[in-house]
Parts: sequence; C-alpha cells; structure tokens
Amino acid sequence: MTTVADPQAAEHRLNRAAIRPGRIITWTLLFIGGVIMVTPLLYMLSTSLKSAGQIYDLQLIPANPTLNNYIAVLSDGRFMRWFFNSTFIAVCSTLSAVFFDSMVGYTLAKFQFRGRFLVFIAILSTLMIPTEMLVIPWYLMSAQLGWINTYWGIMFPGMITAFGVFLMKQFFESVPDDFLEAARIDGLNEFQIWWKVAMPLVTPAISALAIFTFLGNWTAFFWPLIVTNSRELYTLPVGLSSFAVEQSIQWEMIMTGAALATIPTLIVFLVLQRYIVRGVMLAGLKG
Amino acid sequence: MATITLEGLSKVYGKGVKAVREIDLDIADGEFVVLVGPSGCGKSTTLRMIAGLEEISGGTLKIGGRVVNMQDPKQRNIAMVFQNYAIYPHMTVRQNIGFGLYTSKLDKAQKNQRIDAAAETLGLTPYLERRPAALSGGQRQRVAIGRAMVRDPVAFLFDEPLSNLDAQLRAQMRIEIKRLHQRLGTTIVYVTHDQVEAMTLADRIVVMRDGDILQVGSPTELYENPVDIFTARFIGSPAMNLLPATRTAGGVTIDGTSVQVALPAGGGDKLLIGVRPHEFVVDPSRAGQPGAFAVEGVVDAVEPLGPETLVHIKVGATEAIATAPGRVVPAVGQTVTAMAQPGSLHLFDAKTEKALPRP
Ligand SMILES: Nc1ncnc2c1ncn2[C@@H]1O[C@H](COP(=O)(O)OP(=O)(O)O)[C@@H](O)[C@H]1O
Ligand SMILES: [Mg+2]
Repeated sequence: MTTVADPQAAEHRLNRAAIRPGRIITWTLLFIGGVIMVTPLLYMLSTSLKSAGQIYDLQLIPANPTLNNYIAVLSDGRFMRWFFNSTFIAVCSTLSAVFFDSMVGYTLAKFQFRGRFLVFIAILSTLMIPTEMLVIPWYLMSAQLGWINTYWGIMFPGMITAFGVFLMKQFFESVPDDFLEAARIDGLNEFQIWWKVAMPLVTPAISALAIFTFLGNWTAFFWPLIVTNSRELYTLPVGLSSFAVEQSIQWEMIMTGAALATIPTLIVFLVLQRYIVRGVMLAGLKG
Repeated sequence: MATITLEGLSKVYGKGVKAVREIDLDIADGEFVVLVGPSGCGKSTTLRMIAGLEEISGGTLKIGGRVVNMQDPKQRNIAMVFQNYAIYPHMTVRQNIGFGLYTSKLDKAQKNQRIDAAAETLGLTPYLERRPAALSGGQRQRVAIGRAMVRDPVAFLFDEPLSNLDAQLRAQMRIEIKRLHQRLGTTIVYVTHDQVEAMTLADRIVVMRDGDILQVGSPTELYENPVDIFTARFIGSPAMNLLPATRTAGGVTIDGTSVQVALPAGGGDKLLIGVRPHEFVVDPSRAGQPGAFAVEGVVDAVEPLGPETLVHIKVGATEAIATAPGRVVPAVGQTVTAMAQPGSLHLFDAKTEKALPRP
C-alpha cells in the first residue's frame, strides 16, 4: 500500500526526478567534452614517463614508468634557458599589457573626448586582423630597428592588446562614477584615481586579463620562431619544437618539456582565479 | 568655514539642455541650506557645480568670497557625501575614512588621531578594521560622512545621502546629521527631494523647479507663506488642498455654493483656495461657527491615525483631505462639513498660480 508518508515511495519519486532525460544528455555531452580535452594531456603525461623505445605502443599507462626523461630535460641547460626566456617574456608582456590595456580601457570608459568612439573602433578593428598577416610588417619593422633576435623583439607586439583594452573598458564602465568623483573631491589626481580607486575595483577583470595574456605569451609560437635566430633566445615552445627537427623526433623529450611547461600556467591560474570569483564591486555601494 | 555665493549660476548640458537657469543664492557661513524639488529640477547639478565636479556654464560661484569658477575640487576644500556612499569596498573603514586625508601633509600620528576622532563622533570605533561589505547601510553612510569630516572642509555637500536607507534609519540619520552640524558649525548644502528632510534639517530651504529657484526661506516661512501653488503643494504633508473657486459680484463660490472668504483686491476671477489638511476640520460638535470658512463634501475614504483621522472628501469634482479630531470617524458616503479658520486660508490666482496677499 502506498501512502503519502511512505518513505520508499518518496525516495522512488526522488530518484526518478533526478535522472531526467535532459540531465542524461547534458552529462553525456559534458563527459564526451571532458574526455576530448583531457586525453591529449594524459597522453602527454604518459609519454613523458615512457622510455624512448616505448613511445609508439600507445598505451595510456606506461609499462615501465620512468622519470629519466624529466632528469634529462631538467639537467639540459638549453631547456632551463628557454624556460627562463619564456617566463621573462610572459611576465613582462603580462605586466605591460595589464597596465596599458587598463589605462586605455579606463580612458575610453570614463572620459568624454572628441573622437573617443573612433579610437575605440580603430582599436577593436585590429582584433579582426590575424597574427599571420601582421608578422611580415612586424618583421620588417624589427629588422629596421634592430630588434631581430632580442627579447624586446619577441615581446613588443604583445605589450598592449586590443582584446585587453576592450575587456577593461567594459569592466570600467560598470564602475560607478561616484567612486571616482569622491576621490576627485578628496584631491587625488587622475592617475591616482585610476590606480588607487578604479583598478582595485576591477580586480576580477585584471586577473582574467592577466591569465589570458600570460597563457597567450607562454604558448606563443609563430612570432618568437620568426624573430629569433639563436638558440639562446628561443622561448619554450620554439625550443621544444627544435627537439623535433634535430636527428630523429624525440617525442618523449618534447612531451616531458611540454608537461613541465604546463606547471607555470597552472600556478598562474591557481593564484589569480580566486580574484576572479571574488566580486568586490558592489559592496561599497548602497545597502 | 565659508560663505557660498551663487550669482546667475547656470548650467547648459550638451545640445542646449538647460539644467540650471541663472540662479542667485547667498549661503551664510555655518548655515544649513537644503535644496529641495522634484527629481530632475537641477539640484544635483547645482551641488556638483559648487563641488567643482561640473563645469559652470555661466555666472559666478564664490566660496569664502573668492571666485572659484575655474578651481579644481581639491582647491575649493569642500567635502561631499554621495547618495551611493561611494566608500571603497577594497579598503577597511579606517582606510576609507583616512582616504579623505590622502593628499594632506599631516604625519601618520596626526592622521590617525583625526580618523579616531571622526570614528568616535560617528560611533564607528568598533568597526574601524572592518570592510564595507560587513557594515549596514547606515554605518556605510556614516563612513562616508567620516571621510568628509576628517578633511576639516570649509563646507559639506550632501546629495540625497539618506535615500538608500529605510524609513527608520533615515529618521535616525537625519537627527545625527543635524547634531553633527550643530557640533561642527560648518556650512552645509544638502540636496533632497524629500520635503520632510528639508523641513527638519534646514535653516533655510531653497525650492527648485525646472532649473529655477522658486522660493527661499526658513521652513516656517515656506509653510506659512508659499509664493505659489507649487511650493504650497510641495511643502507640508499631507499636501495642501486646493479648491477651485470663482470670484462673483457677491463674494466667492465653490462649485456654485457661496463661501465666506475675505478677498484682497486685484487678481483674476478664477481662484484656488488653499487650506492645509490639519487646518481643515470635520467636527460636527463645532458646526455652525460664525465667520468660518465651510464647505460640504462627500466622504470618500477615511484613514484613522489614532489621535486624528484623515478624511478624504469630494467637494464637487475636487478631492480634498480634512482631519477629524479624536475618535470622530465619519462614515464613507456621508456628507460632512469641513471648516477652516479664515486666517488659515491661502489664496492663489488660478491662472498665474501665484499667491494672492493673505487675508
Ligand atoms: N550629464 C548630463 N548630460 C545631460 N543632461 C543632464 C546631465 N546630468 C543631468 N542632466 C539633466 O539636467 C537636469 C537636472 O538634473 P539633476 O541636477 O540631476 O536633477 P536632480 O538632482 O534635481 O534630480 C535633468 O533634466 C537631467 O536630465
Ligand atoms: Mg539628483
């Protein structure tokens, strides 16, 4: 007999409600997506733990896992050098892009001036031009200015980014003018208002931009490959790819280097992502 | 501390939107002046021109006798409190209050001393290390006031500082702001659309409409002698009743019925007779008083408030509010007589909407 109070019947209803067809489809799609994204990473890790003879057996779990590749890569002076190059370039570019993108975005969001919309559209339109088309002008320019095969030559295209300007402008637009005017009355100059008041209010955007920029620079391949010609100046992706061209392709070394290369991106993401989640903006307003 | 003088001050936005039209106003040193008017009448714009946040389109602005039209906000040494508080969520209460001293040359100990003193005055001492997210609305507004106080400015400007608070807190903060003014004695210019706030806080009220100043005066003056029907309806709650009347050869009629009103000479034939609900009494026990202004109306609704009852009546086509004293609660649909003393009547010309001299 089934009564309203019957716990078993209630549980039954609950279970049925939980496994709705919509849910099943959602989970299946998410699962497939997850597998597609994770598999290459797992193969990277797996290959890095195999010895050179085993890399074509395509087993996900290595038969005789070994750390020899890691020891080899880490004790290889070239790898450390490239790692340093990539870190240096990614950090400098990120700091610079965050600084200048925010400044330009803030100006476009919070100041009224003639031609503001035009400037914004001009900046946005550069987003439509793919890197591949820009590489030749960049190269010619670098050649003229003597920037070929220098850190600056690798970095300069990313010191300020259109995407970042756009992102920061959108976020600064949501900062209430009262915040800025209160600071103006307290006697801060415009630079101080931007730096001390506006910037802390958009930390989520800054963190997101920093993550994107860092990742973009860390994984950049095409331009660093073109603008550098000595091994000492290679970035990590360019350097690792050079493992592929000498003698035979050393997949296990490439995969080990790639695995090591993901560590800084993980760190950057873990450090910065908590600022993204924290929505600080509205707490100072209203009740 | 300083006087603030507006001479023909005006503001034109963009393509000719006149937000403020050549207004003149003298604010005395230490005075509490409230700008009041409906939304969009130019109160904030006026205040922001005084603060230096908005460029002045015409006229002169003097603070402490000096023309400051072209000065930056910081050179004017005024402090402003915003409707949205504008305290910074990423700073503690201490840092927020201290932010008012950001550009000051005081050393750290002196700054802290000022912050502590302001916090003490505003009852914020226990919260100095908290962040705004952990404060109530009233406390946040106090932090904003604290940041204004530490500067020791020549004047405080408030733009609707209480409109985000609930009714109870608003009443409490109103008293606190008033006390603060009594203690500091600093000139205050305060903007609100709430006439109760204006009446309770102001030494002088400035009534604005459509960028113009309609009337300036103490709360009592505005209440007793409004110069036109706008001020008459705006000041006082419930609003003043305005009964349309016609001047005839024999006297004055409302809806064809003649009433007792002493008329001044001059003015048109169409009049509005103003009477405040609290002076417009429905009390059968006093019926037939000679010389009183009396009209009959049909009771539309009643609102018993305890000590008195608001009686909504229809006089002809016009709705009016009268009061019934004590426990007299007239029935809806009943015809009653509402009376007022001749001295409590306000007369307006219906065409110009200006007040006629009071009888
Ligand atoms: N930045 C602006 N640009 C154009 N018009 C404005 C601007 N600020 C205010 N106004 C207009 O000026 C008038 C007065 O506004 P405001 O001073 O804010 O009124 P209040 O504070 O009395 O509600 C309004 O009609 C408003 O639409
Ligand atoms: Mg306003």
